[in-house]
Amino acid sequence: MVGRLVVGAHYGVRDWLVQRGSAVIMAIYTVILVGWMLIAPPADYAAWKTLFGTGWMRVATLFFFVSLLLHAWVGMRDIVMDYVKPTWLRLCAHVFIILVLIAYAGWSVQILWRT
Amino acid sequence: MSDPAVNSPRLHAARPVWYNLSPVNLPIPGLVSIFHRVSGLALFAGMFWLLYLLDESLASAESFARFKAIAAHPLAKLVLLGFGWSFLHHFCAGIRFLLLDVHIGSSLEAARRSSGIVFGVSLLLTVILGARLW
Repeated sequence: MVGRLVVGAHYGVRDWLVQRGSAVIMAIYTVILVGWMLIAPPADYAAWKTLFGTGWMRVATLFFFVSLLLHAWVGMRDIVMDYVKPTWLRLCAHVFIILVLIAYAGWSVQILWRT
Repeated sequence: MSDPAVNSPRLHAARPVWYNLSPVNLPIPGLVSIFHRVSGLALFAGMFWLLYLLDESLASAESFARFKAIAAHPLAKLVLLGFGWSFLHHFCAGIRFLLLDVHIGSSLEAARRSSGIVFGVSLLLTVILGARLW
């Protein structure tokens, strides 16, 4: 690190923060959801549907999914950068991951807001 | 400009340094780390099926019945348990990494101990999850 010139790029600090921030959001959501399921386990479909039908639950779950997709992007990007050496293949893998995650984003919104 | 460190004969004699990074030779914090990566990859790979299951469970009463039937299959239970372990390890190891980020438990002793705790807690929770699945 001594004498290194730090100019120009942002050196991944933003991605690092996104990874950590999204992790904290998902952890809080998971702990609350699991706690809720232990206290009041939904007995049947109606109860399960009602749980995910309330406004706050939809928004909280949307936060979870957005965090999940951002988190998966940073993690998968790191894995691809570490192991996929040919540039064209790495680029293809990155594009594939982005497309898959965008599709999941649309799907999760559909799951949550379908009547 | 001559850098004494670069021209030091000791430095050259020590090269190349060969680290054995095979998983069987990794110290336990290294195992936590590589399992964190593998479990994250597994969860990404399984995300389609897990989203599909959530979709089936919420879409309608009929699809909920299909979801119940899928989740009752022993093979599906086994796969779900695998994803459960992946999630729990990723969760526990992730909390450990967050604590390391803020310099909690970063000494060698503490890091080794917390690695053991990560494996212990995530495996214990996986066993509890398995008991609830069956």
